[in-house]
Amino acid sequence: MLRAALPLLGLPLAGAGTTEEPTLELGSPGEPPPGLALFRWQWHEVEAPYLVALWILVASLAKIAPRVQAGLLDFLLFGSLISAVDPVAVLAVFEEVHVNETLFIIVFGESLLNDAVTVVLYKVCNSFVEMGSANVQATDYLKGVASLFVVSLGGAAVGLVFAFLLALTTRFTKRVRIIEPLLVFLLAYAAYLTAEMASLSAILAVTMCGLGCKKYVEANISHKSRTAVKYTMKTLASCAETVIFMLLGISAVDSSKWAWDSGLVLGTLFFILFFRALGVVLQTWVLNQFRLVPLDKIDQVVMSYGGLRGAVAFALVILLDRTKVPAKDYFVATTIVVVFFTVIVQGLTIKPLVKWLKVKRSEHHKPTLNQELHEHTFDHILAAVEDVVGHHGYHYWRDRWEQFDKKYLSQLLMRRSAYRIRDQIWDVYYRLNIRDAISFVDQGGHVLSSAGLTLPSMPSRNSVAETSVTNLLRESGSGACLDLQVIDTVRSGRDREDAVMHHLLCGGLYKPRRRYKASCSRHFISEDAQERQDKEVFQQNMKRRLETFKSTKHNICFAKSKPRPRKAGHKKKDGVANTEATNGKSPRALGFQDTAAVILTVESEEEEESDSSETEKEDDEGIIFVARATSEVLQEGKVSGSLEVCPSPRIIPPSPTCAEKELPWKSGQGDLAVYVSSETTKIVPVDMQTGWNQSISSLESLASPPCTQAPTMSRLPPYPLAAEEPRAPLDLPPDPRPSFAFPPSLAKSGRSRSESSADIPRQQELQPLMGHEDHTHLSPGTANSHWCIQFSRSGRL
Amino acid sequence: MEEVALVSCGPLDLPGLITSTPHAPRPSRPRGSRGAPAPAAQPPAASPVASGHHRPPSPLVSQASLLRLYHRFQALDRNEKGYLSRMDLQQIGALAVNPLGDRIIESFFPDGSMRVDFPGFVRVLAHFRPVDDEDDGNRDPKEPEPLNSRMNKLRFAFQLYDLDRDGKISRLEMLQVLRLMVGVQVTEEQLESIADRTVQEADEDGDGAVSFLEFAKSLEKMNIEQKMSIRILK
Repeated sequence: MLRAALPLLGLPLAGAGTTEEPTLELGSPGEPPPGLALFRWQWHEVEAPYLVALWILVASLAKIAPRVQAGLLDFLLFGSLISAVDPVAVLAVFEEVHVNETLFIIVFGESLLNDAVTVVLYKVCNSFVEMGSANVQATDYLKGVASLFVVSLGGAAVGLVFAFLLALTTRFTKRVRIIEPLLVFLLAYAAYLTAEMASLSAILAVTMCGLGCKKYVEANISHKSRTAVKYTMKTLASCAETVIFMLLGISAVDSSKWAWDSGLVLGTLFFILFFRALGVVLQTWVLNQFRLVPLDKIDQVVMSYGGLRGAVAFALVILLDRTKVPAKDYFVATTIVVVFFTVIVQGLTIKPLVKWLKVKRSEHHKPTLNQELHEHTFDHILAAVEDVVGHHGYHYWRDRWEQFDKKYLSQLLMRRSAYRIRDQIWDVYYRLNIRDAISFVDQGGHVLSSAGLTLPSMPSRNSVAETSVTNLLRESGSGACLDLQVIDTVRSGRDREDAVMHHLLCGGLYKPRRRYKASCSRHFISEDAQERQDKEVFQQNMKRRLETFKSTKHNICFAKSKPRPRKAGHKKKDGVANTEATNGKSPRALGFQDTAAVILTVESEEEEESDSSETEKEDDEGIIFVARATSEVLQEGKVSGSLEVCPSPRIIPPSPTCAEKELPWKSGQGDLAVYVSSETTKIVPVDMQTGWNQSISSLESLASPPCTQAPTMSRLPPYPLAAEEPRAPLDLPPDPRPSFAFPPSLAKSGRSRSESSADIPRQQELQPLMGHEDHTHLSPGTANSHWCIQFSRSGRL
Repeated sequence: MEEVALVSCGPLDLPGLITSTPHAPRPSRPRGSRGAPAPAAQPPAASPVASGHHRPPSPLVSQASLLRLYHRFQALDRNEKGYLSRMDLQQIGALAVNPLGDRIIESFFPDGSMRVDFPGFVRVLAHFRPVDDEDDGNRDPKEPEPLNSRMNKLRFAFQLYDLDRDGKISRLEMLQVLRLMVGVQVTEEQLESIADRTVQEADEDGDGAVSFLEFAKSLEKMNIEQKMSIRILK
């Protein structure tokens, strides 16, 4: 087809320039058949008169516009600015209609580069005009052409340099995320200014800056910064667009700014349409020679029709100097008309046109992993085949570039952490998972309890074997919370309550845990390899939790100190016998009290200790520890072995952390609200024996991290206090002693847990713990539940 | 695949072309591995209609690219043996860097044979010829699909995945491909979960593997005809 079309196109070009009409008709008759011709085409017979007539016609038409006083250079200048196609409107339509990607990219690319080229052309012409046509030498024309390349290529180079700088800078902004958007804007603007300074194409510079740095900057900057940049850009763009169209409207009615000339206006309108089409057809023909998938007629029509003139043309024409270009007013009027015509008429009709012509749409479907993967393999296959064939085509060069990019550029310009996420297959996987998670949550599901769901949002955890533990804990915790609330409302006969709660918990919690286990068994196996990572994550969790708890603790300590100790005393008396083991922890508590100036002096010293140790270990709530001061001394000896690492005065906080680390259920709950978490922590361990056992064993396998972590935590100021304080007073009144009756078994178990960190006592303790669980099971649960309930109730009161 | 006679390449005097070289590739054809056309193809000057296969009406590749491929073949053939060995292909520098390079090379040597002659070479590359619209119109439905049909392109890709040739991409095979494709930064476990998910996504009959039909179905939205084509092979 194309080959056939070529001579048709070639002929008009070879013929007289003005004879457009005849050539158009040329197509229909075709070659004269050998026999009798119905229709004969004998252009050469009428050639001379035809041309003469046409010229006269053109000349007389030209008379329509006698008033425009302008030389060739002026018109060239006008031509350069009016040729600035501004397909913003078209792109908007394309986006809306989801036109096929090829067409979209071509039009989009045109819009990217067109402005720059136009501005360069405009500048060259403008300087010619300013020099005056008399002074323009032949060499100046050459220079003008050369400057086109210098200006555009130079601008592009400046842009790329700044893109490099920008990418490199954003690599190091990890700690100052706030400046990231600023950097993006300022460096891009610096590129603009620099290019302008060197009288290179500033627009191209900015464009290339954006093109060049996008991949790296996007990977480097934080998600929020990305959003900020994106929307600031869009806002600015639409502001600028709006302003310029407002200006357009204002100057359209300001007759002092323009002078009407129908000939110029009509001629311009006609010729921009005509030459747009001509340009598109010729260029796509050239392009199609090198394309695997040629651009078809429909594409060409849409591209021709999409030649809207917009803000750029108008801005440029306004900038003309009236002293140098006397016909400025005419040009302004023409430009306004052209812009209005194209934007309004063409802009409004292009959508129906696209639909009517049935331009190929791009199917938008959700990305699938298969597609992504196979697309990658196809790319590699094609690159390989090109290698085999020995043709260095598109795939070859893209492969080359990707390898170069991977080896050097990305290494240099991307953060390590970001670098990983840039893998596209991983990216798709990530996004798919996010989408699943979101939809899951939207449906009201509980993310963490859904066994099958691995959350890619925390890749580090995912990879870590330990995650399973935290997740497990979290699940259990969450489940526990719900149940607790139910129970809270009941609040009568403690024992019964406990029993009920226990059953509830058992019922509610059993399932999720099971499921999870099954799905994640793999993690457990591979634990060793990632121990270190696990530890880190674990420690972080602990730290977070510690902080949240600390706040509550302190409040409670100050406000409730008295009530608590009493309760503690009650319970403890029961459990005192066991205290020895617990003592180990108490020393820390002691230190804490001293330093923290906790008011609650020890009422029930011995007992307290035991309680405190338990409570602390299990749930870092501040409530319990108050009493310990006295007893600690005894225990110090034992504890020192394990705790030496963190001898700071405020040792108490660390002790909970240690305990937490040892006690798996605690780790998971950082996210929960303070009260909730404290409740859950207590309850969960008791009820979920199996989960507990698991977690303990797994945790033990992780080298006990608490000691190192502890000191840092302890030093943290209890900043969240303020928020909590209003509640603290409330806690005081409702100190129902009964609730605090800790069954001995609980004390034991608590102790044992706490001890697990300590080397020696651990084993001994653990065994009782295990043994207990079967039968004691219930009692600790009840005790805990009581405690929790009290706590929450008081908070509400 | 076997049916395709290289000699069907239109006006180009292929046998002549081949005989003009000192070593006719035909005789050096791997024996046994692809036995069918062997007797008819024996003499280099065999008539174009070699061995009476029903030939697809359209040539494997156009005349120009056939010439081009022949020159390339000769260039790759280091010792002018008349066939290519794996070594010949492995020496292509860029192929060594390609994560799928080995598999591609392997696909030139079906059934474990050690050498590939020119017809075999072209036959593999013919998969990547762009699809001609005109072909479809006048193609005899009884003829086998041309090598560059969508299904054959897909099949070529599929057999790069399917290492054990059991007609299915198992999870393990998927994992291997993923390992090649995904950067080192992704941990093994993550890779595994990606592989799981990928297989699950495509697996419709629930056998834990991706059959060819499932493979084709997972890619039905993709324009394979365009994607798996190289312009110069026209």
